Amino acid sequence: MSQSHRIDGGQIDRSKTLRFTFDGLPYQGHPGDTLASALLANGVRLMGRSFKYHRPRGPLSSGSEEPNALVELRSGGRQEPNTRATVAELFDGLAANSQNRWPSLRFDALAINDRLNAFFAAGFYYKTFMWPKSFWEKLYEPIIRRAAGLGSVSREEDPDSYDKGFLHCDLLVIGAGPAGLMAALTAGRAGKRVILADEDFAFGGRLNAETYAVGQASGADWAAATVAELSSMPNVRLMARTTVLGAFDHGIYSAVERVSDHLAVPAVGKPRQVLWRIYSQRAILCGGATERPIAFENNDRPGIMLAGSLRAYANRWGVKAGERVAVFTNNDDGLRTAADLTAKGVEVVAVIDSRQGDEVIDTSGRLGLKSITVRDREGGTREVRVDALGVSGGWNPNVNIHSHHRSRPVWDATIAAFVPGADGPPGLLVAGSAAGVMSTHGALRTGRDAAIAALGLTGRADMPEAEDAPISITPLWHVTHGKGRAWIDQQNDVTVKDIKLAEQENFTSVEHMKRYTTLGMATDQGKTGNVIGLAIMAELTGRSIPETGTTMYRPPYTPVALGALAGRSRGKEFKPYRLTPSHHWAAEQGATFVEVGNWLRTQWVPKAGETEWRQSVDREVLATRKSVGICDVTTLGKIDIQGTDAGAFLDRVYANTFSTLPVGKCRYGLMLREDGIVFDDGTTARMGEHEYVMTTTTANAVTVFRHLEFCRQCLWPDMDVQLISTTEAWAQFSVAGPNARKLLQKVVDQDISDAAFPYMGAGNITVGGLRARLFRISFSGELAYEIAVPTRYGDALLRRLMEQGAEFDAIVYGTEALGVMRIEKGHVAGGELNGQSTALNMGLGKMVSKKKDSIGMVLSQREGLTDPNGYRLVGARPVDPKGKLTAGSHFLEIGAAPVAANDGGWLSSKVYSPHVGSDIALGYLKGGDQKIGQRMRAVNLVGGTETLVDIVSPHFVDPEGERLRG
Amino acid sequence: MIIHHPILGPRDAQEFVYLGDAGLINRPDGMTAGIEAFHDYAYNRDNPAGEHRELWYHEQGDRSWLVVTRNTVTHEIKKVELARDVARAQGRSK
Repeated sequence: MSQSHRIDGGQIDRSKTLRFTFDGLPYQGHPGDTLASALLANGVRLMGRSFKYHRPRGPLSSGSEEPNALVELRSGGRQEPNTRATVAELFDGLAANSQNRWPSLRFDALAINDRLNAFFAAGFYYKTFMWPKSFWEKLYEPIIRRAAGLGSVSREEDPDSYDKGFLHCDLLVIGAGPAGLMAALTAGRAGKRVILADEDFAFGGRLNAETYAVGQASGADWAAATVAELSSMPNVRLMARTTVLGAFDHGIYSAVERVSDHLAVPAVGKPRQVLWRIYSQRAILCGGATERPIAFENNDRPGIMLAGSLRAYANRWGVKAGERVAVFTNNDDGLRTAADLTAKGVEVVAVIDSRQGDEVIDTSGRLGLKSITVRDREGGTREVRVDALGVSGGWNPNVNIHSHHRSRPVWDATIAAFVPGADGPPGLLVAGSAAGVMSTHGALRTGRDAAIAALGLTGRADMPEAEDAPISITPLWHVTHGKGRAWIDQQNDVTVKDIKLAEQENFTSVEHMKRYTTLGMATDQGKTGNVIGLAIMAELTGRSIPETGTTMYRPPYTPVALGALAGRSRGKEFKPYRLTPSHHWAAEQGATFVEVGNWLRTQWVPKAGETEWRQSVDREVLATRKSVGICDVTTLGKIDIQGTDAGAFLDRVYANTFSTLPVGKCRYGLMLREDGIVFDDGTTARMGEHEYVMTTTTANAVTVFRHLEFCRQCLWPDMDVQLISTTEAWAQFSVAGPNARKLLQKVVDQDISDAAFPYMGAGNITVGGLRARLFRISFSGELAYEIAVPTRYGDALLRRLMEQGAEFDAIVYGTEALGVMRIEKGHVAGGELNGQSTALNMGLGKMVSKKKDSIGMVLSQREGLTDPNGYRLVGARPVDPKGKLTAGSHFLEIGAAPVAANDGGWLSSKVYSPHVGSDIALGYLKGGDQKIGQRMRAVNLVGGTETLVDIVSPHFVDPEGERLRG
Repeated sequence: MIIHHPILGPRDAQEFVYLGDAGLINRPDGMTAGIEAFHDYAYNRDNPAGEHRELWYHEQGDRSWLVVTRNTVTHEIKKVELARDVARAQGRSK
């Protein structure tokens, strides 16, 4: 059977044949077809199963409003679920599959839900799966999710790329039907920069689906000629396959362009889709209108579709949806379908016009429409054998984008529809049927006038003649008949009964009705069903439709692939990291790396024979403490601070004092937040009278700089102080251990003996003539320096140090050994700088000077933060050296029950210390400074462990600091 | 949103970091004001539905702190000033 339902005409290229499959069966179509039009041309009406009842469904529409014909396209990493067959452009080799059915589309076992529909009414889940509570997550929800679903994802990585882009123009025209084309033409001829975007692959909108003339040509030919003229204009950008998704603030619109969705595989170097951000102070919404159906019993069978879509398939795609067709309408527009189909030679066997008192009350045909039951004005009924029925309940202007800033649409009784209201997005006008102007002439005229008004053009552009028929409609929302179900929202299986139930249970506000029944909450967002639902609610409650109102419209206009939103931010690109100057050296050694903040740092550097990470880390620690170790500390934030007020500025931002620091010295600085909690720490050196160099933690490099700029600009605007971040400018290495000085002395040009460069000294030096900075500071507790050279020399400096350090068995240590040594020394870091701890908690309370104003000084004195029995930093060591500690364990007195009331504090950082020979930890313990020497339990209820510990000083290594000064 | 930077012209809001109420400029003097005054400064904010003066930092730009007068309901931006100028006008100096 090859294209049995193809008829003459249409805008398809019959000279080329495209082959495709649906559920594995082969079919043929032509360029210009959608998947839906090609399947209909092959006599296939059944394309999907409904969400809840698994009812057999075919396409309701011919556009993006489609609720039913959702399919999976492609396979593997390119598999895409929930694609509307009505907008999927056909290409050769397309493989599509139906979804939400098992084992097959024609026989779906879960169609049993349809028989059990009495149990599945609105609110069913809320009422039924209440008890027992614990069953929801483990039992009910998984079963419901499996039964009620849409398509599936392949779980393979998408091989295609997605891009983001930015565009600017004088006028954005949304939609390229008669109004949009005329608006773009008017603006384009005036020389303005215009973007014309349309979700369809062919411009023209309804002109392609109708038989009207525009001027002397057919509507479709006029559209093609206009597009040709627009494409010759360098100031006009035509964007087909581009859906404008939403209106955002200040003239920003988002749009998704499906660059390659109509191809089997994107062309080389081309993305699959592009998410555009379009900046335009002026825009015109020419989004057209969407036809709505009428609710009657069993109005959801394959073969029943919108009347305008029925004739679109015939006029645009040369497809008859059936052999014997009927039309059910409440307005004149539906009659056009009968006329157009008859002109195409399709047999129209009945026209049921509700304005004459005739109604369709029921239908038959399980997998496809077989007949309709008509009740005439006298009340007599007859069954009419048909295989296609076009239904028209009127047209709803697509006001969505105009309502994205909460503008409420207003009811226009003459067309029985909502039209755009006041207070839409500034700069956005509406034209054509989106504004409720339904004739072709009206669309052309309002499109032209909107362009003139938006851009302040003078003179009037020529406009072709076109039909200007008035609207004649008598609203009919649903047919009153028996007890069967009449569908409103076909995608979420919401029926008239569900609206009645919502009313009965007092969910009468439209927002409540929506959430109770799920009307309009499916992927089509109720484009065809919402207005019917609220009109029925209005009837039931005795309110008018405007009184009942609409729900909010929100972006996106149609569903967007997550890939388009992610763009290039995938995998490693989601959060790129920077490489340290020593990275390449470390990689050559087979180092293991770890992400720290925005950086990739060396975690440890294994030597031959080491099979387990602790072997490497323990060796690095011991080698450093025995002789000398080198660590790349470039990642610490570095801020140069200069100006005559630099010292005074530091006194304000640090809790301790820096204005008294001698030139050539550095000092540990503690920075508080205004609420008195510790923000950051680091050392700051005075390099000159008015010149300091601050270091911050790696994690807070950006936020400290931001905070300093705030202080400088907003709090003390007249201070003479300038800041610049030099984090990336300097490669910095820590050189630590008893032989640190001997090694460095071989490399630097100046005398760095203890006398010439004492503990906490700082200065500008040279390394083989190259400018460098040296700081005698220590994080490890050993004799240590940090040496900085311009970043591009970092790799060379490390290689020099390793070469010169060979006689000392110098090693490079990573972040793990760094962490071990700082915990052994009792320095606070990540686990202690947790955003909840004060200087007092850290045992650094005396550092907060009360003699000067500084950020956080006042509030750090609050009663709650100065409790003498508050948390204090302590060390903890297992009584049994083989005992294991876990960070996050809680301190408990011996014999105390493990309940919150007895909680004494927690272990904030834990390592194995090769120096001590056991696990050690830092922690916060209530009144901890008075508990040194006591024995407690470290209890971890999550891991189910408990260890007896001795509370000790946090300084496990060299508590007197003799090594530092050596 | 688009913020009209007084020096750099219209800039996308993505280039900025938001802090909050511009009242944060009015920091009390720690040597004279007490805990009460600092408590009010650090924690108490008006949360108006309507016009709001707020601090934005041009982090992906020239590092200016700006005071933006924005309607929180419509997002309309009425005024953009350099925070430094605002601070000086409010009598802040060193």
